[in-house]
Amino acid sequence: MSALPPYATTGQRAWYYSFRVICGLIFFFLIAPIVVIIPLSFNSQDFFTFTPEMLRLDPEGFSLKHYRDFFSNDSWQSAMWNSLKIAPMATIVSVTFGTLAAIGLSQPHVPFRRAIMAILISPMIVPLIISAAGMYFFYSRIGLQGTYIGVVLAHAALGIPFVIITVTATLVGFDRSLTRAAANMGADPVTTFFRIQMPLILPGVISGGLFAFITSFDEVVVVLFVGSAGQKTLPWQMFIGLREQISPTILAVATILVAISIMLLATVEMLRRRSERLRGMSPS
Amino acid sequence: MADASNNDAFVEFERVQKSYDGENLVVKDLNLIMPRGEFLTMLGPSGSGKTTCLMMLAGFETATHGDIRLGGTSINNIPPHKRGIGMVFQNYALFPHMTIAENLAFPLEVRKMGKSEREAKVKRALDMVEMGAFGGRRPSQLSGGQQQRIALARALVFEPELVLMDEPLGALDKQLREKMQFEITHLAHRLGITVVYVTHDQTEALTMSDRVAVFEDGRIQQLAPPDKLYEEPQNSFVAQFIGENNTLEGTVKEINNGVALVQLDDGELIDCKPVNVSKPGERTRVSIRPERVEYNKDRLSEGAHTLKAEVLEFIYMGDIFRTRLRVAGNDEFIIKTRNAPDQVRLQPGQQIEIGWLPEDCRALDA
Ligand SMILES: Nc1ncnc2c1ncn2[C@@H]1O[C@H](COP(=O)(O)OP(=O)(O)OP(=O)(O)O)[C@@H](O)[C@H]1O
Ligand SMILES: [Mg+2]
Repeated sequence: MSALPPYATTGQRAWYYSFRVICGLIFFFLIAPIVVIIPLSFNSQDFFTFTPEMLRLDPEGFSLKHYRDFFSNDSWQSAMWNSLKIAPMATIVSVTFGTLAAIGLSQPHVPFRRAIMAILISPMIVPLIISAAGMYFFYSRIGLQGTYIGVVLAHAALGIPFVIITVTATLVGFDRSLTRAAANMGADPVTTFFRIQMPLILPGVISGGLFAFITSFDEVVVVLFVGSAGQKTLPWQMFIGLREQISPTILAVATILVAISIMLLATVEMLRRRSERLRGMSPS
Repeated sequence: MADASNNDAFVEFERVQKSYDGENLVVKDLNLIMPRGEFLTMLGPSGSGKTTCLMMLAGFETATHGDIRLGGTSINNIPPHKRGIGMVFQNYALFPHMTIAENLAFPLEVRKMGKSEREAKVKRALDMVEMGAFGGRRPSQLSGGQQQRIALARALVFEPELVLMDEPLGALDKQLREKMQFEITHLAHRLGITVVYVTHDQTEALTMSDRVAVFEDGRIQQLAPPDKLYEEPQNSFVAQFIGENNTLEGTVKEINNGVALVQLDDGELIDCKPVNVSKPGERTRVSIRPERVEYNKDRLSEGAHTLKAEVLEFIYMGDIFRTRLRVAGNDEFIIKTRNAPDQVRLQPGQQIEIGWLPEDCRALDA
């Protein structure tokens, strides 16, 4: 943001400062609830509040007991493993189908592409509870309700719209003469896809994949409907924890999830920059 | 490169038609036979179907009707990647995520060529376009002209017998363009490859090609070597499209011994060579090249028909003089004369008489 020019009017000056204040408030509003749980998760008491010791920064007031609880408690551990089994699979499925769908729908000769696109994106728009209820009835009929595959497919359906949107966005700038050039030089369609098209749309695929992963990783409504006890994921366990046990372990889990999210975002951003550099574009 | 088999048809279009929407024919009845090693240019106004023809040959569009043959075999059912045709795209289409050397190696890799052989070929191709030092760069780090040369090298590196180029020089400035025109023709002849070149720059077409196909409205209007095309246009579209041309309209009076007597619309009579007029009474457009018009009476043959002309404008262009005249009611009649010591410089307002040899004046369709 540029500095205030010397010729700015009073109105512009006022706007300049109030703009900053508004931005700060929005930022605070978004971040504060997340930031506040981080110190709380190191609480040595089983409370959801800052104890006087903590406020005095007394080492006695802090401990890792909630983290220890998370890593030793069986129900938390199985929930974490369930999440780690479901989210990556759902991501792979979303990325594969989402990318293929985006490529297919970007071909100008496909009939009804707008309508098909709208249908594929609808899980993002339709209220989650409606999708979840619909999936519950449908999956019960075909025997997928309460199975691992059922949850993976349900989460993939939620993740596909993100992949379609990000990949479609990268495809807009994709030059079709590149695939023609590759074919011309003797590359069959499969080689062309993996050697030419895929590397160039990779940034979109990676971001879409990230969104799909996060969607699955913190999804609770659909898994409550479609899953059974065997697919109890972390968010599900947190939900139970909140309702039944009110244990601050939940804060430790939340902190871990935030850390994972930040790491994922950072990694993906690095990957994206790298592949943009490879495409000959400057990192933005 | 010149042996007997060169005269065989290598690329053949037979009665090819193309329609994108099933209603309008973009290419109408295209017939073309190219011998091996020929440099053929498709020239024509925008939208005349040149790119479409190239795309059908490369396999990215299918012909609605007719047959396209390469080396005697029909390629209508061969997918693009099995045709073995090199192509230079208008926007170069270099792969941005690969280095220049990787770009060039790509067609060799998909042909499963060994590494050492591949590297040798890439190096040779880069040297051929004088870009040997740039193998490690990415396309975005090259200038337009350098990218163009890489695109050319990439189309040639796998040694295709046929190379297609769609306005490859469109994005270059005049100087680089002329240099590249020379380099491309030179290379094509040295390697003995067959080239189909698309442009709408007629100078480019005339200077580079063995033969030029003039496209208009989905048809080849004339297919001839550059000199024939310029000097003996077969119809008034070609005469008008290629080079500068003067047109006078009139009616055929009589045709005798290969000379047509044409009465211009203002009543004057001139002698012409009948090209596509056959009988008296037909309307015709008479075409004369500006440099074939003579106003020095001594150089005209005895008894030649002459026309009165008024000088409207004299333009000094260095090597030539370009003079605009009013002839038979046409204000845009141009004559060009060489800047020689004995040449007369005409003055605006001057009344002169102009004439020409009957064979330089072609009576074409109206
Ligand atoms: N994919 C397409 N779908 C429908 N019509 C098309 C398509 N491509 C080209 N056309 C039409 O076909 C006609 C010929 O197009 P083509 O691209 O062959 O022209 P061109 O001679 O290459 O022109 P230019 O010199 O402008 O490149 C044009 O009228 C164009 O509108
Ligand atoms: Mg074109």
